[in-house]
Amino acid sequence: RNMNKNHRVPSSRSLSAVEVKSKFGAEFRRFSLDRSKPGRFDEFYGLLQHVHRIPNVELLVAYADVHGDLLPINNDDNYLKAVKSANPLLRLFLQRKEEADYTTFGTDSLTRKKNTVLSAVLLRPDPNKKKPPVIISLPKDFRPVSSIIDVDILPETHRRVRLYKHGQEKPLGFYIRDGSSVRVTPQGLEKVPGIFISRLVPGGLAESTGLLAVNDEVLEVNGIEVVGKSLDQVTDMMIANSHNLIITVKPANQRNNVVRGGGVGGGAASGSSSDNGASYHGYLPHGAAAIAGPTHIIQNFSVGELESDEDDEDVVIEMGGEAETIRRTPSNYSMPSLPRYEPHLNLRTATAANSGSAFSINANGNLRGSGGSSGSLTNTNASSTTPSPDRAKERRNLEEEGTVITL
Amino acid sequence: TMKRFRRHGTESQRDRLKQELFQFTKTVEHGFPHQPSALGYSSSLQLMAIGTRSGAIKLYGAPGVEFMGLHDENAAVTQVFFMPHQVELVTLLDDNSLHMWTLQSHKGLSELLEIGRFLLTGPPGYTDISVTRVTAVLTHSSGELLLLGTEGGHVFIVEVPGFRELEEMNISLDQITSCVPDDYIGRRNLEHVEALQENPVNSNQVAIGYGRGLMVIWDLDHRCAIRHIPATQQLESMWWTEDGSCILSSHNDGSYCCWTLRTGDEREEEEKSNVPYGHFPCKAINKIVQLPTAGGPPFLLFSGGMPRASYGDRHCITVIYSKTQVAFDFTSRIIDFFVTRDGPQHTVFGEPSALVVLVEEELVVIDLQTEGWPVIQTPYLVPLHSSAITCSHHVSAIPLKLWERIIAAGVVQNTQYSKKPWPITGGQNLAPDPPQRDLLLTGHEDGTVRFWDASGVCLYPLYKLSTAAVFSADADLNDNMSQGAEGEWPPFRKVGCFDPYSDDPRLGIQKIHLCKYSGYLTVAGTAGQILMLELNDEAAEQTVEAKIVDLLQGQEGFRWKGHTQLDVREEPVLFPPGFQPFTVVQCQPPAVVTALSLHSEWKLVAFGTSHGFGVYDYLQKNNVLVKCTLNPSDQLAMEGPLSRVKSIKKSLRQSFRRIRRSRVSLRKHHISNTNKIQEANARLEAEQAEMEMAPVQRKIEARSSDDSFTGLVRTLYFADTFLSDSSHNTPSLWAGTNGGTVFAYILYIPPVEHRADEALTAQPAKEIQLMHRAPVVGIVVLDGHGAPLPEPLETAHDLARSPDLLGSHHVLVISEEQFKVFTLPKLSSKMKLKLTAVDGSRVRRVGVAWFGSSRTEDYGESGLVFLTNQGDVHVLSLPHIKMQIRYPCIRREDVSGIASCVFTKQGQGFYLMSPSEFERFSLSTRYLVEPRCLVEAPLP
Repeated sequence: RNMNKNHRVPSSRSLSAVEVKSKFGAEFRRFSLDRSKPGRFDEFYGLLQHVHRIPNVELLVAYADVHGDLLPINNDDNYLKAVKSANPLLRLFLQRKEEADYTTFGTDSLTRKKNTVLSAVLLRPDPNKKKPPVIISLPKDFRPVSSIIDVDILPETHRRVRLYKHGQEKPLGFYIRDGSSVRVTPQGLEKVPGIFISRLVPGGLAESTGLLAVNDEVLEVNGIEVVGKSLDQVTDMMIANSHNLIITVKPANQRNNVVRGGGVGGGAASGSSSDNGASYHGYLPHGAAAIAGPTHIIQNFSVGELESDEDDEDVVIEMGGEAETIRRTPSNYSMPSLPRYEPHLNLRTATAANSGSAFSINANGNLRGSGGSSGSLTNTNASSTTPSPDRAKERRNLEEEGTVITL
Repeated sequence: TMKRFRRHGTESQRDRLKQELFQFTKTVEHGFPHQPSALGYSSSLQLMAIGTRSGAIKLYGAPGVEFMGLHDENAAVTQVFFMPHQVELVTLLDDNSLHMWTLQSHKGLSELLEIGRFLLTGPPGYTDISVTRVTAVLTHSSGELLLLGTEGGHVFIVEVPGFRELEEMNISLDQITSCVPDDYIGRRNLEHVEALQENPVNSNQVAIGYGRGLMVIWDLDHRCAIRHIPATQQLESMWWTEDGSCILSSHNDGSYCCWTLRTGDEREEEEKSNVPYGHFPCKAINKIVQLPTAGGPPFLLFSGGMPRASYGDRHCITVIYSKTQVAFDFTSRIIDFFVTRDGPQHTVFGEPSALVVLVEEELVVIDLQTEGWPVIQTPYLVPLHSSAITCSHHVSAIPLKLWERIIAAGVVQNTQYSKKPWPITGGQNLAPDPPQRDLLLTGHEDGTVRFWDASGVCLYPLYKLSTAAVFSADADLNDNMSQGAEGEWPPFRKVGCFDPYSDDPRLGIQKIHLCKYSGYLTVAGTAGQILMLELNDEAAEQTVEAKIVDLLQGQEGFRWKGHTQLDVREEPVLFPPGFQPFTVVQCQPPAVVTALSLHSEWKLVAFGTSHGFGVYDYLQKNNVLVKCTLNPSDQLAMEGPLSRVKSIKKSLRQSFRRIRRSRVSLRKHHISNTNKIQEANARLEAEQAEMEMAPVQRKIEARSSDDSFTGLVRTLYFADTFLSDSSHNTPSLWAGTNGGTVFAYILYIPPVEHRADEALTAQPAKEIQLMHRAPVVGIVVLDGHGAPLPEPLETAHDLARSPDLLGSHHVLVISEEQFKVFTLPKLSSKMKLKLTAVDGSRVRRVGVAWFGSSRTEDYGESGLVFLTNQGDVHVLSLPHIKMQIRYPCIRREDVSGIASCVFTKQGQGFYLMSPSEFERFSLSTRYLVEPRCLVEAPLP
């Protein structure tokens, strides 16, 4: 979330030169860089092509960081980071872009076999380290995909999930239906109509986060209760909020509820933690509080939060000029824009100790049933996101029953 | 919150102002009641009553005199009777309940009120439901008794208005059978009571007709049968002639008999049995009426009786007078009929003047006193749906000159109608004259546009424009066949105008725009045709120019799979006085026109389809602009979805036709009712089971630019505003699409002296892509005072409406989900109001209206009126787009009602509550059009 962190310079290491050892195929090149004036990434890229004498080859540049993790260099920021953190050697691994095996950055660390071709490429300073190889996608592709919020104020049986759509190609990917649930009222148990998640589209955002499941009851959409609203109304509300959808559900499976522990990030024992309200307090606009309206309930996200910046980014094109986003006239709230990234690779990645990442991520995986996760990062390359065809088919068989009537 | 700290005073002040400006009232229903099921008439009150299958009861008298009531039971009204010489009426519902209604005066106005209800229980011991199931009702001339004939064959007598059963007076089946010779009855049942009639000259005598055919004359005083008439055919109806000398009976086999009642004779001889359309088996004569005339033979009228095989599907009423016989052939099933009489009021013994026939889809009134029995044009109850309504357009405050010209054009069209005044004249219309002349234009499936006087309570037809003549049609033969040839038997004559079967759906009117100042009209249709018309007081023969506009603009790889375009006639066509077309702009592909706007000052018309939009200069007869909005990947838009809709519609139409042909008489539905209920229940259960098996799902997905029909043009708007810089206002065109895009063009229009020869240009200026991508349904430019820009030519006619060109203009973009205000010319987002994200409703219809304060004459403000898909109407303040009021208006399930809604400039609205009825409502405290009338009780 806060890219500024990337620019923090480790002051202890300001030696004047950085030794670079660059490997392309079987060949090595060695050269040095001025640590204080490393230049821009594109200059560096040109330099690499030059020293390897491969002027027209598109390259994927990666380096081994202090932990031995293979991290990409593809922009000024991570280039700077790589240079600053070189201690003292900067070990580079170059691959042809067209040949590059992207799974280097995206294989599920838990299932990945160690002796793949690419793991051989990885240099490990300490091969005895028990830590599994951590596979990290390109930093420029990191962005929040979903989060559990407001854990501190919601009943433990409820879960408030935020899905970040950010104009990406990946579909939200779920369906809702009418149903009924049993509520405890002062008059005793009562059967009341409710809205339920009826289906998750394989490979969709909703499914990939693992935070929503079939038969979860939808209680609120962006802070507004759905009680008394028709299926169509709730559908329209969700679609209208689709760029920044916050839905409060009562999970059908109550075994993976977030257990409230001592503060943010607590509850590691239960395998879950939360990107909860605390992380949002910083954005609370001055004077903003609960939105007016009878159906509003207490929540930690604010008006400004709901009115995500993207929502206002209607595009105005001046004919004969450049496209520009609409300037918002000074408003009573400000929220730093979330960096927008190009969609790229694949698969969900849970990672620990990702020093280069702008986001704090918890390491417990995000598959439902493996312990509810909080912040999950997902990539959007459809081809690799889709599970193997067989699995997908199997799933479809399971989930596409019934008549689907769409609007 | 901010609200909490706002000063209390301003809040309450605004609340008070809101009360002065806004109120929601449903005021009057225009058109023809949906599914009428019963007809009643009071000759003393000169009022007609119509009951419907949904339990409504509507009373009509002189034009403007109308009342409406609704039974709580929601059951069909099967019979309606006025109490003789009173202001009360009795209704019988499908659920066997009886209801007493009255017209009560309150502050000088009459109101229709239900004052009593009654369920016949019969004396103790009767347990069978059929015993008390009412099949015939007689309101006794004393005004104190109701005779109720039942399915079990008994006649119960009830005192009104209190509904007290007079057990001792009941006429039981046993009492009847005891006085009828055994040889008639044998072992057969007399069946239910089919008809009850009072002797017009002796109120103590009533005739009871049984289903089996037997008729018995009963003396109420002596409580005994006087005579019996042993007809052998199933009885359908009875009529006691006014001199009391004869009883006519009509029968199931298409025959009628006249029974002369000679005093002293115990057993009556059947004078003659007549099968008017005989030889071959005939259908039942459902009702028969005979009325005397002063100096000649009587009128005989009966419904039905047609030869079963050849004409069994006709809905006919035969009128026989002297040597003249006409079988009036109606457009739908006959519900009931009555005949009005001339002469002094409060007597029924006048000359028959008009035959009033209620059929399922319209009311037809036939003048019986004018040679040739012409039809009298109805001032109300007009079948709006004579061809299905496809769109409507409302124009407020029509200048007198235009109004008179439209009326004149309409008069020429209506020469076939009788000159006689409307024969139903009861009550007084006390409503003040409407403050202005309003026009409602309805577009229909058959390519007609009907002009209605919508100023007052009666929605009166003024003029009908047909666009079909512009195009070469394949089949115009049907009309010639409909009129009966000389010597045809039965002597049919088609009456009525209900004709929902359009032969070419491409003719359907989709959009209408009338400029009330210039008399220019543009209408656009289903096959991409846009007609420009001009009002001409004289008939004119002219060639209509056709101009093709290719909206695809070279987009390749598409094949239009929808309908073909209509071919414009190349030879000159003679157009009658009225709106005459001079140009047809034909869009290619010929997709349905989805947006239309006329600017009569600039002489431009803008039009849009699912493929793009264009601007046509109807002075130079040139295209000024063509823009393709089609998303290259949008195959669905290319295919022409209407081709599919059309085919469904076509098959529906065919099946309706089939049903219509095969429909048999639905009388005696009380017998089949249990079957119906069982059927309905089974259907309901099946539906429920289906629901449980496969619940309806809704996909949750963000809209994307790849969605289908994102290029469909939803709204077009001309505005003179600041689009290029903030010091020069220029003409501009705005277009909004289904995908949330707004295109703005600067139009260069030459000065008046060069307007005819200098070229017009349109230059793209701005484009907004709304991030939420919801369809743009409206665009309004607000002037420096925050008021919506005036209509074209409005300023020229009323200087008070000059827009403020000094302050900064804003543009309000209305999507289905949000309202957003942008500054001009920079298009910075200034304000917005989210609707869907907050309550899940979406904007369906929108309009700008002016609301005047009810307290002070000089205060008023503009507001944005809109209707959501949930059926609620809202008013937003302008320019601050703040919610003012919200009222539930239409059931959200009533999708066609919601789609049909139009708003007026004075904060009223119309929507189709059924295919044939407009509900009128008002959001304004100042502009209300509602019936205000008085009906006084007749003198004793």
